[in-house]
Amino acid sequence: MTDAVRLHFLVDGEDFTSAGQASVQVKKNLRQLGIAPEIIRKVSIAMYEGEINMVIHAGGGEADVLIYEDRIEIELVDRGPGIANIDLAMQEGFSTAPDNIRSLGFGAGMGLPNMKRYTDSMHIESALGEGTRILMTVRL
Amino acid sequence: MTVYEMAKQLELTPIAVPEGDRNCAGVYIGDLLSWVMGRAKSENVWITIMSNIKIVAVASLTDVACVVLAEGVTVDDRVRETAEQKGVNIYTSEKTAYELATALASLTK
Repeated sequence: MTDAVRLHFLVDGEDFTSAGQASVQVKKNLRQLGIAPEIIRKVSIAMYEGEINMVIHAGGGEADVLIYEDRIEIELVDRGPGIANIDLAMQEGFSTAPDNIRSLGFGAGMGLPNMKRYTDSMHIESALGEGTRILMTVRL
Repeated sequence: MTVYEMAKQLELTPIAVPEGDRNCAGVYIGDLLSWVMGRAKSENVWITIMSNIKIVAVASLTDVACVVLAEGVTVDDRVRETAEQKGVNIYTSEKTAYELATALASLTK
């Protein structure tokens, strides 16, 4: 088993207009590694939704993408307010995004459901006042 | 059908067309970006009235063939320049989303 390729990103929480840059970079990196287009689509969309969430709700955070022979793992960690009710947050249509974000076309309550939709497994750990850690896996 | 051919048939106005020879197939219409990311398919023509910078990333990540802005919506220079850099095709049209979709449907008959 060879070591995983690791991509690490700091997600800047200050600027919503530039949010999503890490995911676009990951898409580029995966293409260079010769990963199949449908896998790239899944990984980059799931990560983009996570990145957008970190910027909207948590003031940014850190993202790691680990590429193994048989899977890609995406780990998102923030020190934001945490998710009060994960089951509720996972429901399509539930959102706590502010109006200025909604006017840009986000906040439809589809972010977390999309992350689940495009990955083979998704695990959320969250503590109020401490932050959230999300681990997603896409099998190759 | 390529994006160029489709745009010519529908008389679309180009905003940024860095990859006009891409193939297009099928249509997705929507303005809520996460909804689009959940539903739009690769090679779709994505019709929307949303025009902020995020449409470039969404179009790129979903791998749609092009974005068509309906009802005369246009974008600012930053969006246009980013689309050129990221290889995202964007057109605009005075037609409504419905008129664009029915025109696209008759093209593929």
